[in-house]
Amino acid sequence: MASKQAKIVIAGFGGQGIVLAGNIIARACVKEDKHVAGMVSYGAEMRGGTANATVIVSDEEIASPFVEKPNMAIILNQPSLDKFEDRIVSGGLVVVNSTLVMRDVVRKDIEVVKVDALEIAKWLGNARVANVVALGAFISKTGILKMESIASAIEDLFARKKAALIAINKKALQEGMKVASRLES
Amino acid sequence: MSKVSKKVLLKGNEVMVEAALSAGCRFFAGYPITPQNEVPECMSRRMPEVGGVFVQAESEVAAINMIFGASATGTRCMTSSSSPGISLKQEGISYIAAGELPCVIANVQRGGPGLGNIRASQGDYFQAVKGGGHGDYKLIVLAPSTLPELYELTQNAFDYSDYYRNPVMILGDGILGQMAEPVELKEYKPIVTLPEKDWILDGCEGRDPRVIKTLYLYPSDSLAVHNAHLKKKYEQIASELELFEEYKTEDCELVIAAYGMTARIAKAAIRLARDKGMKVGLLRPISLWPLANSAFMRLAETAKKFLVVEMSNGQFIEDVRLATECSVPVEFFGYGGGWYPTPENILERIEKVYTL
Repeated sequence: MASKQAKIVIAGFGGQGIVLAGNIIARACVKEDKHVAGMVSYGAEMRGGTANATVIVSDEEIASPFVEKPNMAIILNQPSLDKFEDRIVSGGLVVVNSTLVMRDVVRKDIEVVKVDALEIAKWLGNARVANVVALGAFISKTGILKMESIASAIEDLFARKKAALIAINKKALQEGMKVASRLES
Repeated sequence: MSKVSKKVLLKGNEVMVEAALSAGCRFFAGYPITPQNEVPECMSRRMPEVGGVFVQAESEVAAINMIFGASATGTRCMTSSSSPGISLKQEGISYIAAGELPCVIANVQRGGPGLGNIRASQGDYFQAVKGGGHGDYKLIVLAPSTLPELYELTQNAFDYSDYYRNPVMILGDGILGQMAEPVELKEYKPIVTLPEKDWILDGCEGRDPRVIKTLYLYPSDSLAVHNAHLKKKYEQIASELELFEEYKTEDCELVIAAYGMTARIAKAAIRLARDKGMKVGLLRPISLWPLANSAFMRLAETAKKFLVVEMSNGQFIEDVRLATECSVPVEFFGYGGGWYPTPENILERIEKVYTL
């Protein structure tokens, strides 16, 4: 059962778009008619504090909506790596925002994808799309969802109030993808 | 939001709003408290779009009394809160039950007692099913465990409420309210033929005046007569409404009894236990009051033991013992204070009690 499920944690500072990244993945799942359960850390969170979101993607009905031991992670800052590194299951995959995570991943039994997400986002012209750069690399590496679904989810989420940001987010997604595929070769 | 049947991603709190509006709820009064905040937030935006009235009241007490008033006019109405706020509403809920006014009350439970914390809990079970406020009364209590079910039960809650002229409580928890899942926003269809609301206060021109009251002083036995009428109604509800789900109970030796979110997590534990060859099943009451006593009794005849799982220090277990008439041992697994079990936690407990 567990092998068929992607149990994803996305973690970073509040304000880095952690919840948004989770939301994009979850909405993309709906588009592909997959089972999905999303949770965000709620309550006493603030900009600059730590935040995390979890998403379970499955072809089957999801029983528990919690992710205790993720098999995939998107880590956008160092405190989040400190918090989640030990929890990732053996053989799992972690995308690390190497602009802000200064140390190496200690675990040798998980695949590490280092992406200079914040630098790339700045180069694209908006530091706030670092989350989507990392997401692009994540989707490219894991292949759990189609890139079109992710792009379409971004369009839906921004359409109402922030349509001007759709283009840069799509560009960020593509850059993340490109970086990840370059790492492969 | 379109009315087309298509899956959308929503948080549990938002699901309740869409279900309520689709069922014709046109008045909502509430007051902010985590983890139910998205209910009033979403209502404040969506209610005006359908021509209804949203009020952020000055307190929970005010909100529940606004519900008393709105319901008396025949309007489908709803309020929501989380545990401490639901405690504040209890006086009003007792009055609404006494006045036999239909309404839907959602409790997105958090840790208690006191202000407790904002994590999920099932510590308000007793309050929900035993009355909560003063006097002899009952709420119909529904405990959904998935968001599609939350959508359906919220719609149905308005029907049960109108049909029986009784307040209905949706007993959820912080996880159910905060998690996001795809939900098909199905069009509302009444599940029963609804009686005409021939009791509402809508101006008595051309007809005899009506009274909705909760004070019965004269004649001296008038309250006893009223309460006997309520008792009869509760007996009728108990005989007609028993909602529950069974999962892998056909051959089970151990029955897990759990409701809401814990039942959902228990399903994962049961799959793990079955993989190890243990015959474990789930009895999940969907209506907590009335409780499906006959289902408990039936399983008690074949199973060897029950294990109650609840996010509390042990409340639902008392009703499981009553429902099974203590004919089998009933074990408990749970903690209070904003804890939730993992499937592995439950499996560990299953392994412990299964062999005993």
